Order: sequence, then structure tokens, then C-alpha cells
Amino acid sequence: MAILDSKRYAMILLLLGVILAPWLVSFAGGNYWVRVLDFALLYCFLALGLNIVVGFAGLLDLGYIAFYAVGAYTAGLLASPHLTNHFIEMKQLFPAGLHLSYLLILPLAALIAAFFGALLGAPTLKLKGDYLAIVTLGFGEIIRIFLNNLDRPVNLTNGPKGINGIDPVQVGGLNFGKLLQMGDWSIPSVILNYYLFLFLVVGVIVMCLRLQQSRIGRAWVAIREDEIAARAMGLKTRNLKLLAFAIGASFGGVSGALFASFQGFISPETFSLSESIVILAMVVLGGMGHIPGVILGSLLLAGFPELLRSTVEPLQKLLFDRVLIDSEVIRQLVYASALILVIRFKPNGLWPGVKKGC
Amino acid sequence: MLENSPPLLKVSQVNKSFGGLQALNQVNLEVSKGHIVGLIGPNGAGKTTFFNVITGLYRADAGHFLLNGHDYNPVAVEDVVQAGIARTFQNIRLFKEMSVLENVMVARHIRTQAGFWSAVLKTSFAREEELQIKEAAQALLNYVGITVGFHQMAKNLSYGDQRRLEIARALATQPMLLALDEPAAGMNQTEKNGLRTLLEKIRNDGTTILMIEHDVRLVMGLCDQISVLDNGRVIAAGPAEQVRRDPRVIEAYLGKSGRNA
Repeated sequence: MAILDSKRYAMILLLLGVILAPWLVSFAGGNYWVRVLDFALLYCFLALGLNIVVGFAGLLDLGYIAFYAVGAYTAGLLASPHLTNHFIEMKQLFPAGLHLSYLLILPLAALIAAFFGALLGAPTLKLKGDYLAIVTLGFGEIIRIFLNNLDRPVNLTNGPKGINGIDPVQVGGLNFGKLLQMGDWSIPSVILNYYLFLFLVVGVIVMCLRLQQSRIGRAWVAIREDEIAARAMGLKTRNLKLLAFAIGASFGGVSGALFASFQGFISPETFSLSESIVILAMVVLGGMGHIPGVILGSLLLAGFPELLRSTVEPLQKLLFDRVLIDSEVIRQLVYASALILVIRFKPNGLWPGVKKGC
Repeated sequence: MLENSPPLLKVSQVNKSFGGLQALNQVNLEVSKGHIVGLIGPNGAGKTTFFNVITGLYRADAGHFLLNGHDYNPVAVEDVVQAGIARTFQNIRLFKEMSVLENVMVARHIRTQAGFWSAVLKTSFAREEELQIKEAAQALLNYVGITVGFHQMAKNLSYGDQRRLEIARALATQPMLLALDEPAAGMNQTEKNGLRTLLEKIRNDGTTILMIEHDVRLVMGLCDQISVLDNGRVIAAGPAEQVRRDPRVIEAYLGKSGRNA
């Protein structure tokens, strides 16, 4: 009974902490840091999606950022003046500009990304490990290069210049891009977005937990553990892998659309290989296949570099009166050594699933 | 035991070669419903190849396959399971990092339905089915004689229990034919006796068994029918007593690789 009570107590504390976090952070460090929190939540979203592919089904995907890009460009094209500016027919169809509701865009981004996920999955079903990693890496680059070059012959993506003026999320009368004024009380846009992202991330966590404890989640883990044995138990590994790719990709798509709405601007360079690797690092560092671990990994790796960025230079100034090493260099150095240390001492991640038994 | 019952599995004229090596040469096998059929032979005789062919892991070059009176084409192992043959592996292939219970629960997959949305929405259908899967898995574990430690990881089980777990997992797919690839390998005498009791129980409860086994004493005592493979050919088939006296069998064992006798 006492255990249950303390568990519930911890849950209430956690809930309070998560709800109050943006206010505390905003009070302590200003809205820049709330933005960092927002991005951490987006990364969390991404890492949970990638965890389905890598952690559950055991399919090493190095091009995951492509689905984030697909989602972002879905929102970018459907909620910005870009298409109406460049296509006269679109202008005639939507004289007031193309501003689809995010209630439509988010599911659409999920669907389109899922389609691309299955598209990537289909030809790679027989590949494993390193080979799969290389093909997915190529796929990620293909998507980025397409986005970079699809400004000719027709200007679909505006190429390297990117797409500007993407609408913020607007649901009912609530505009997440503006300060919300309620009498004397006002909520800045970054905090509004924090709650929006939080809401969706919690939804995704619930989805992941339920999937994990379902017939499908078990089948994924079985494929990861031993594909031949899984097939010998009658599992249709082809369909199950495609499902994992599609669902993982759909998470990427939704978070991409959220990113576009939050940022208001997207360009291909955001969706580089290094981002795919960062997300993979979050999953691996946290604990592959273990949802709390993945959440921890994503929050740490999203917040940590920002923390370094803001402390390294002032610290050097304080100690040596000048900046000896650029913060970016130190950031990379610390980041890399942290990863190496984790791999050396906690090969299953910082917070791996509970190992049962002896 | 059912005498003169129709064959549950009838395979004929199976050929399989790897490059220039003819691993299986016109192999015939009949497994009667309700029997335990043993497949023996010296090392390299083609037993495991034959097993892999009938369960769909290898593709036969030629052959006719009949299961329970219906043609089946063993080209994919997952379809063979669906058709009603479940197998175990010579070198145990459990899902090591899953719990003992989950190993069996996974194998209920093909006999259950809950899809993506019912899992995410946790519908009452999914919840009930999940409960049934769990209960069926627990019952099967008890049936094969694993009674404790359902939540420990499969890799932590003792060797004998890992073999039993593999059998429970195969049974969870509700097969008509249980195909066991050297189930007694590496077991001590006590474990072998326990295995024998278990296999007899499984047969008596209505599941036909086909097994590869090296332990001739176990096979002779347990099997209703025995087929002997040597150099990719069936050199003898019949009841234990008849096979034991067959001069070709004696030659295959004692004349060529006496170690196995």
C-alpha cells in the first residue's frame, strides 16, 4: 500500500513539474529556454517514433529525419503562401492563400509520412543491420536532395531558400503563434506550443506503451530477437516490418508538421544526416526499446548541447579572461565523449528496460 | 494409438541439392495421425535438411507435399505454421531477451486478431484477447512442466527448460504436427525421461509428432514408426523392431560411422 502511495505521489509531482516547467524555465532563463524545451519535446516525439523501428522491431534506420522532412514540407506547402505565390491555378483556387487547418494537416502529415515509410520499407525488407543502415541513410539523403532541387522546373519546394511564412497551429480561436491574453494573465506563444507538444507527446507515449504490450509489439520484439524463429512461429515478418516503418514514419511526419508550424520557416538543410544520427543517438543512449529511457535520452541530448553552448564561453571568460575554445567545438567534444562513455559503461543505455530474473 | 489411420503428413519424391551435393534423393515419408514418428540416421544423412524442407525453411527442388489430405507447398515457413506444422530447432532459438511467458504469447499471434487500432485504443476486444493469450500461454507452460519464473528472461532458464519452452511455444500455434529437431540433444537421463513422458502426453492429447533424434534408445522406446535416412535416401521405414533388425540400418550405423550406434 505504501509503495502504491509513494508511486502515486511521484506521479503527481511529475505531472506538476511537467505542467509548471515552462513557467519556471521562463522565469529563470527567459523564453529562449522555453524554446529549448519545446524542441526537446519535438525530439522526444521523434525519438519515440524511431524507437518503434529501431528499438522494437530492431531495424537500424539512419534516414529517419526524412520523415520529419516529409511532415514539415506537408505543413509548409499546405499552410503557407508558397503554392499560391508560385502557381497561378492555386491562386485562382485559393485567392485568400492556402491555409489548411492543422486538424487536417497533422493527420495528413502522418499519412504521407507513413506512405513514405512503407515505400522505404518495401525494398529493404530482406536487408539487415549494416546493409539496412546504408540503404536508409541513402533514402534520407535522397529526400533532402529532392527538397533542395525541386525548385526547378516547377517551384515546388523553393529549393535551398526554403519555405517561409508557415502558419502557426490554430485550433478554434486559439492561435499558438500569438501571445494569449486572458485578462491580466498572458501566456506567450512558446509556452502555448509547449503545452500543445506536451499534449501530443503524452498521446504518443500512451500509444507506444499500448503497442508495446500488444500482440503487435510482441511480434516486433520477436523479430528483433530472432527473425527465423519469429517466422517459424508464423509471424508475417514482411507485414510487421512494414507496419513498424509506417508507424515510426508517421510519428516523424507529425512532429515535422509541428516543427514547421512552430518555426514558421523550413529549409532542406535542417534535415541533414547528422540530425538522423542525433535522433538515433537519443534512442541508443536512453535505452533502445525502453520508452522511459528513450524519453530521458531525447531530453538529455536535446537540452545538453544548449546548456553547454550557454555555459562554456562565459566560463572561459571567467577563468581565462577570453574565449580559448569555441563553444561549438567543446560542445562536439563533450557530446562525443559522453556518447563514448555511455557506450563503454552502460552499453544498454542509461535507462534500459528492467532485466528480469537472475 | 490409431492403427490404419490416414496419414497426416505424406511427402514423396523430395529432392534437394546444394550445388553438386544431392542432400535429399527421392525421399518419401508418411506420418500417421496420432503417432510419434522418428527420423534417424548418421550425421550428415540429410535429416535436418529434410526437416527444413518440409517446414518451409529450404525450398525443395522437387516433391509432393500433403498435409491432412490437402496439398501444401512449403515455400515459406510462416505459411507452413499457418497450415499446421510447428517446429523447434536443433540449436534452441528462443527469443532470449523476452520473458518466458512472452515467448509463448508471441506464438499465439497467428491464432489471434487484434490489430494496430484496437491495440492503440485498447478496445474491449483487444483486452479480452490479450487476457486469453496470457491464460493460454500460462496453461501451456504448466502443460510442458514449467511452473515457476514466467517473468524471467528465456535465456535464464535451465537447458532442459529451454527445450520445454520451445515445445510450449510451438504448441501455442496449435499445430496438427509438431516437428522436433533433436529435442533430447544435450539432456541428461533424467531430463530425457521427463521429455519422453511429455512427448507421450502430447501425442495422447492428439498432436502428432515428427522428431529427429540421435539417441537411439529414446527413439526406439518412444516412436511408433521410424524412418532411417542415409546419404539423402530413406533406407528403412517401419516400426521400431523391424527397423532395428534391418541389415541396411545396421550397416549404415556400424559399417560407416560406428560412433553413433
